[in-house]
Amino acid sequence: MGVRVNTFPLLTILTLIPLLGGGATLFASNQPKLAQRIAFAFSLLALAGAALLWAVFEPSQAGWQFPERHAWVPSLGIDYHLGIDGLGLLMVLLSALLVPFAMLASWKIGQNPKLYFALILFLEAGLFGTFTALNFFHWFLYWELGLIPAFFLIKIWGGPRRTRAANQFFIYTLAGSVTMLLAFLAIFAATGLFDFGQLAQAAQNGGLDNALFAKLGSSLFKSKETLAAVVFLGVFLGFAVKAPLMPFHTWLPSAYAEAPTGTAMLLSGAMSKMGVYGFLRVLLPLFPTQMRAMQTPLLCLAVGTIVFSAAAALAQRDLKRMVAYSSINHVGYCLLGIFAVVRITGDTAAWGTEKAAALNGVMLQMFNHGLTASALFYFVGLIEQRSGGLRGLDDFGGLRKAAPVFCGLMGITLFASLGLPGLNGFVSEFLIFKGSLPLVGWAAAVSTLGLLITAIFLLAILQRVFSGPLQNRWAGWKDLTTGERLTVAPMIALMFVLGICPQILIRVANPAALAMLKLF
Amino acid sequence: MLAWTIYISFLGAAALALLPPESRRAARLTALLTALAGLAIALVGAAQYERQAPAGALVDLVNVPWIPDPDIGFHLAADGVSITLVLLTGIVAVAGVLFSWNIERRTREFFALYLALIGGVYGVFLSFDLFLLFVFYEIAIIPKYFLIAIWGSTRREYGAMKLALYSLVGSAMVLIGLIAAYVRSGAQTFDLLKLSQFPFPFAFQNWAFLLVFVGFAILAGLWPFHTWAPVGHVAAPTAASMLLAGVVMKLGAYGALRVAMTLFPDGLRAWQNEIALLAVIGIVYGATVALVQRDFKFVIGYSSVSHMGFVLLGLMTLTQIGLSGAVLQMFSHGIIAGLLFAVVGRMIYDRVHTRELSALQPMNLSVLAPFAAVTFVLAGAASMGLPGFSGFIAELQVLVGAWGSFPLLTILAGAGLLVGIAYMVRVWIKAFFAENDLKSGVIQIEPISIPERAGALLLLAATVLIGLWPGLLLNLITPTLHSPLFQRLVKGGPP
Repeated sequence: MGVRVNTFPLLTILTLIPLLGGGATLFASNQPKLAQRIAFAFSLLALAGAALLWAVFEPSQAGWQFPERHAWVPSLGIDYHLGIDGLGLLMVLLSALLVPFAMLASWKIGQNPKLYFALILFLEAGLFGTFTALNFFHWFLYWELGLIPAFFLIKIWGGPRRTRAANQFFIYTLAGSVTMLLAFLAIFAATGLFDFGQLAQAAQNGGLDNALFAKLGSSLFKSKETLAAVVFLGVFLGFAVKAPLMPFHTWLPSAYAEAPTGTAMLLSGAMSKMGVYGFLRVLLPLFPTQMRAMQTPLLCLAVGTIVFSAAAALAQRDLKRMVAYSSINHVGYCLLGIFAVVRITGDTAAWGTEKAAALNGVMLQMFNHGLTASALFYFVGLIEQRSGGLRGLDDFGGLRKAAPVFCGLMGITLFASLGLPGLNGFVSEFLIFKGSLPLVGWAAAVSTLGLLITAIFLLAILQRVFSGPLQNRWAGWKDLTTGERLTVAPMIALMFVLGICPQILIRVANPAALAMLKLF
Repeated sequence: MLAWTIYISFLGAAALALLPPESRRAARLTALLTALAGLAIALVGAAQYERQAPAGALVDLVNVPWIPDPDIGFHLAADGVSITLVLLTGIVAVAGVLFSWNIERRTREFFALYLALIGGVYGVFLSFDLFLLFVFYEIAIIPKYFLIAIWGSTRREYGAMKLALYSLVGSAMVLIGLIAAYVRSGAQTFDLLKLSQFPFPFAFQNWAFLLVFVGFAILAGLWPFHTWAPVGHVAAPTAASMLLAGVVMKLGAYGALRVAMTLFPDGLRAWQNEIALLAVIGIVYGATVALVQRDFKFVIGYSSVSHMGFVLLGLMTLTQIGLSGAVLQMFSHGIIAGLLFAVVGRMIYDRVHTRELSALQPMNLSVLAPFAAVTFVLAGAASMGLPGFSGFIAELQVLVGAWGSFPLLTILAGAGLLVGIAYMVRVWIKAFFAENDLKSGVIQIEPISIPERAGALLLLAATVLIGLWPGLLLNLITPTLHSPLFQRLVKGGPP
């Protein structure tokens, strides 16, 4: 536990900023332009807050930092408990970076901009809360808080098939949430605990499984293993849908494809990380036994996710759907890394290094994919905007001649996404594979197939859209405006910086990875 | 102090009866002031109770002899469970008046009956003499019939009659059970506290429990005796639907807990599993039927059956956490159902005169009535049991309790939750957020009025407040479940 308890409530304030900002945006002004500026100002304020966290955070210090703890529902023993480690910090920073970016990408949203921007801020509050809460009770509140804004962002501002997409997204995600809730209630019924840290302690040496069986064992659940497995699967489903892990991904392509650009950026950039975050924060510490027992099937799912989503992306003709499938693929690497580290190995330093490498890779990949995926959606959005709604792979060609800067910057993003050394994606995928190969050789080997296919379809985008003869109808294609260049410049810069100096992130991620490894 | 909630409601009803018939404004104001006074008394009473009484104690309010032989007393008392429900009644009563502001026909009579009903409800929640409780129970049922039959809409006579018959059959069952208990105990008293001391033999408890419990639970919408509920809700005018779902169904659940379960704990154990099964069938069935309704109000009507299933399931867990969840769910569902009915009945139906979802679809109500849309989205989220609203913490406790007692039923109830999400999303989209460019701007509706906004904000504030600080009510409820009256029900302490 942290050294200082109840210091300055920085994390609470950080979560309140977008929440209040959303309220202010809704009520402050009847002028849409002004409302947009207010919302943007609040998102910058939140970014400043996250930057402050980054500056004050002490990577060398163990345990939760900036902890806050207050009794909340005494009769149930529920505390309001906040704190972050390196993982939480990275995710908070990523969310805070992406929200202003997504807002700029949505600046010209036609219909009811006030509500749109307010919903984005509410979504941001949900993200911050999810990544800082350490008690299931209010963590779950934030987990769901992000969902309703996302539903309406797709439903109101989405593409032609938005209703179906929004519905599917909402019901699938909530189905996962319900199973997760039931499983957590079973855990609470058995242990009386909702606190992630305390639960992780209680789960040491199979303690959680025993407690569950002692309290809930019955004619329905005859053995300890069955009961624990059922509870594990309940929680697992919630995160697997969110991340997503195939075959629980079917909501995703249409949700991302129908969502307006800014929303798609946040969904793929930040919200999908909530699922991966859950795997790291909840499943690994609480259910190591079950993860180990099911390691092979889990790895099969992760490998399937990586390979099939890449193949599916290759088969798409719609740029936005391609990027959506590629997003599934990249999140798949995170899951591969997570499932790899549960393998039981000797306690030697060599294995420890591999596992730490894999976990570091996972955390970096979460961050890096957030940057590249949202930038890719941004570029696809720009293409769609300029072409009047067209975004088919075959609708374009030769745009490089008309828009060299556009081509160059989108090219950089595509290369970052396929893992070109020197750009950010390479480092994280390299670390994941470096760790996974010795741990689970076959899975990592098959997954490299995904890397290969990804390279093919990302290069195909580059080629089909930007090379070849320029069609006449696109002769007047506008290059990136100054505003657009400035919008995307910070993201491109970060791709280079994090590709060249990954230690900026590793410095924060590594202590968290080592602490996690001690838990199982 | 709390006893005045009853008196003032009846005084208000009497004052309304004395007003000249044409003074609608005065009638509305009288009703609003009476309801507000009731809520204020309830709040002050709750604060006093929390400050002065030892946690969980039963505080006598009035205890005077009423009928000497048989010994029937005018015994009013309050503990945390009563106070929670009195607070609910106060809040829903105020909101109901605000949402009835547009009643033009026989305004005076409407509000007089309304306040009489409220008085009866307060009375049930505070009575500790079974005879008195039964009298108040009947007082609450009779105005109900007239409110629906005179001011109702779709098939109002049928709905009112069905409700009245079901209620009367239920109360007849209760009455038989109570008289049997009176005779069997030989204690010559109807006082709940004294009767609950008497160890009724198991064979007697076995049938008496079932009779009294089911008699009450009919009014709580226990499947398969729930069929009055959707029909009655749909037929009733808005304020009456709000009261019906908001507090009258709670009368049933409260009676089942306070009377049937405390008097006959052994009978309760004998029937625990069967009733829990019925409760879960109600949860799943109510939600599934709500999913396919064409009439907006029927969706909400069936959702009430589903949510009341959680109350009954919580009662049957016989754990402290499950019981506390059941009581909190009574409060929570009262608020949320009131809000849902207010949006459907008052904000939408009174303006566009249809409740068919297919007819609402092209109207694009989210543009025509954004306030109603936002209110309904929030109320719907609360009804789904999303965290941050009172329903979450209530259903959470019920399900935690249920995990220990009925694991399979818990999982089924979870499926019910999921269907609950699905039907709510369906009406969100159909009623408010259908495609935007169909007929927008063609019809005009009057804007949402100030009383409606006030009522909606009151109910929303209540559900969010309890959702975020459940301790406000749990501090009343949980210690009460340790009191002698309830202690015998609970199998184990907190998990």
